[in-house]
Amino acid sequence: MKKTLALLASTSLISVGSSAFAVDLEVTHWWTSGGEAAAVAEFARLFNEKTEHNWVDGAIAGSGGTARPIMIGRITGGDPMGATQFNHGRQAEELVEAGLMLDLTDLAEAEGWRDFVNPTSLLDSCTLDGRIYCVPINIHSWQWLWLSHKAYEDAGVPVPTNWDEFVAAAPALEEAGKIPLAVGQQPWQSTGAFGVMSIALAGREAWEAVHIDQNAEVAAGPDYARVFEAAANARSFAARSNVQDWNQATNLVITGQAGGQIMGDWAQGEFQVAGLVAGEDYSCLPGLGVNEIISTGGDAFYFPKVNNPEVEAAQLELASLMISKEAQVAFNLKKGSLPVRGDIDLQAANDCMQKGLEILATGAILPDANQTFSPDTQGQIEDLMVEFWNDPNFSAEEAQRLYAEIIANAD
Amino acid sequence: MSRARSGGAHARPPIRMFRNFSSKLAAIPMVLVGLGVFVGGTIWTIVHSFTDSRLLPRLRWVGFDQYERLWSTRRWLVSIENLAVYGIVSLVLTMCLGFLLAALLDRKIRYEDTFRTIFLYPFALSFIVTGLVWQWILNPEFGIQSIMRGLGFANFNFDPLYNPDLVIIGLLIAGLWQGTGLIMVIMLAGLRGIDEDIWKATRVDGIPVWKTYVIVIIPMMKPVFVTALVLVTSGIVKLYDLVVAMTSGGPGIASEVPAKYVYDTLFTRQNLGQGFAASTMMLVTVAIILIPWAYMQFREKRQ
Repeated sequence: MKKTLALLASTSLISVGSSAFAVDLEVTHWWTSGGEAAAVAEFARLFNEKTEHNWVDGAIAGSGGTARPIMIGRITGGDPMGATQFNHGRQAEELVEAGLMLDLTDLAEAEGWRDFVNPTSLLDSCTLDGRIYCVPINIHSWQWLWLSHKAYEDAGVPVPTNWDEFVAAAPALEEAGKIPLAVGQQPWQSTGAFGVMSIALAGREAWEAVHIDQNAEVAAGPDYARVFEAAANARSFAARSNVQDWNQATNLVITGQAGGQIMGDWAQGEFQVAGLVAGEDYSCLPGLGVNEIISTGGDAFYFPKVNNPEVEAAQLELASLMISKEAQVAFNLKKGSLPVRGDIDLQAANDCMQKGLEILATGAILPDANQTFSPDTQGQIEDLMVEFWNDPNFSAEEAQRLYAEIIANAD
Repeated sequence: MSRARSGGAHARPPIRMFRNFSSKLAAIPMVLVGLGVFVGGTIWTIVHSFTDSRLLPRLRWVGFDQYERLWSTRRWLVSIENLAVYGIVSLVLTMCLGFLLAALLDRKIRYEDTFRTIFLYPFALSFIVTGLVWQWILNPEFGIQSIMRGLGFANFNFDPLYNPDLVIIGLLIAGLWQGTGLIMVIMLAGLRGIDEDIWKATRVDGIPVWKTYVIVIIPMMKPVFVTALVLVTSGIVKLYDLVVAMTSGGPGIASEVPAKYVYDTLFTRQNLGQGFAASTMMLVTVAIILIPWAYMQFREKRQ
């Protein structure tokens, strides 16, 4: 407690010492859906209240894929914003290497980020040559299978508790006229579902060998053969889900037209908005109920370098605010994501979120694929998955061979 | 020219460079922009396609690696194939339909202005709007298919955008709907340029109308056809926004096109080297088509 107080005191000293001038700080991000906008509004509110500066909202519509090129274009083109969102991982790696980002190391050391950021791998993702260049904001995990109780009741089979039961129950759902697995047509959704299956079914060691050591032999081996077999199964279960967006697919589960969906924890917001109760109307199975491991993707904020000490001071204040306890609680409750601090208590969180927090506490976590692979490699895997997912004649063996090839050339 | 001639036999022949001096002076900025932006940019792109540039350009040479990877990428091969199919079919159909519509309008029909406006109107829309409109029309839940089923044809199936084998047809329908009007207007202008006397002469000789078109009119309209051809071809090579609006490359990768591959690798995948290699290949393709044509035109003029 004393330590926390000291930290808070030092933070406020920094802010009092430097905020002589009000600065309009433009913050760019791609949070535009209802829940996301509400979450980012919490940051804006706190920033405007707690400091003398003004939050200028630079939301970019579309998704990260649309927004990132615009952000990178502005930074490399000499028109940097005050702060900008990226995902945890390597998306801004080269911008940092080129010296375009503000070094936050002094602030991080003064506030002791390394002591409370959990998992510390998030901070490692921000670190280059021992210097820290970004503030982790939240943790989103992909490894969830959302199940509709109504769909299984209608089909007259019990709600599955793991992937094998899910596969076994699929024919009953088909007979009842339901879609066993809802998957949207957008490429990232099938790629994400494949990633979930690989962690859950190939297991931790094989996943680490492929993603961290980039071992193509493991990718071509029997552990991953299971994953591709499961993916081929999932493809036939999802054959009739003709929706585009992820939330439309989630809606199929909510209304009981589909049995389940493999989707990240952001799907939870949809169930909440629809007024469903976790455990009664829907279930969530972390790690497909096989391996309860979650990956720790999410968002971080970077602060492009500007040659203006006043703006720089404002940037540091925002960085400090974003990782403060108050902002972490306010933001993550609205966003439905897990906080990056290990030292706060989220009592308002619901069942599924609590499950996530428990897994986080036991340390059964892996980095996100965005942290281990470059966007280029990720893109190649996405192309492969999209083709595999849409062509029933594309065999699992062929897909695995091509996947191993990508891993062999990955960086 | 005329001034030089009026100077009489005594005047020295003018220095060729200073002929039309003011217009040449006025053209200098455009020439500089052309050299700097187009030629300079092209060379820069080609040079960087031999490097391993990622998010930021850098000169670390890797030889032909980017090209090797490009030609072993399935998505690129599918893109090339799609562009070839779309290009050939759309070229032939746009020219034929455009000419046919123009010829029909040229038969002195009533309400010609109205029809011309209707046919040209789609051209006023951007490809994005065209793509979205046709995406809705071809959507099996709201569009043609559901209307036909509502009318009682319960087995009517038409959902090209959701069928990997037919998706190119969906793109072609939208592309033709948008582009044919312009070609029609150009052809119509060409037809109006044909002297009335030619028609009278063929009528006197008793040549049927369709034969007159094929044997006399079309050969006379060669420059118009060339203009239309260049317009249509350039539109085909840069096909991008229509695909993004209608299918975003799907289902699967069945409707990917080269320009989309270039954009995606350059910007979302942060691999400049690979994107530059792909755009260089697009340039080479265009050059292979255009250089023989330009050469032929040039030779004809000299003769």
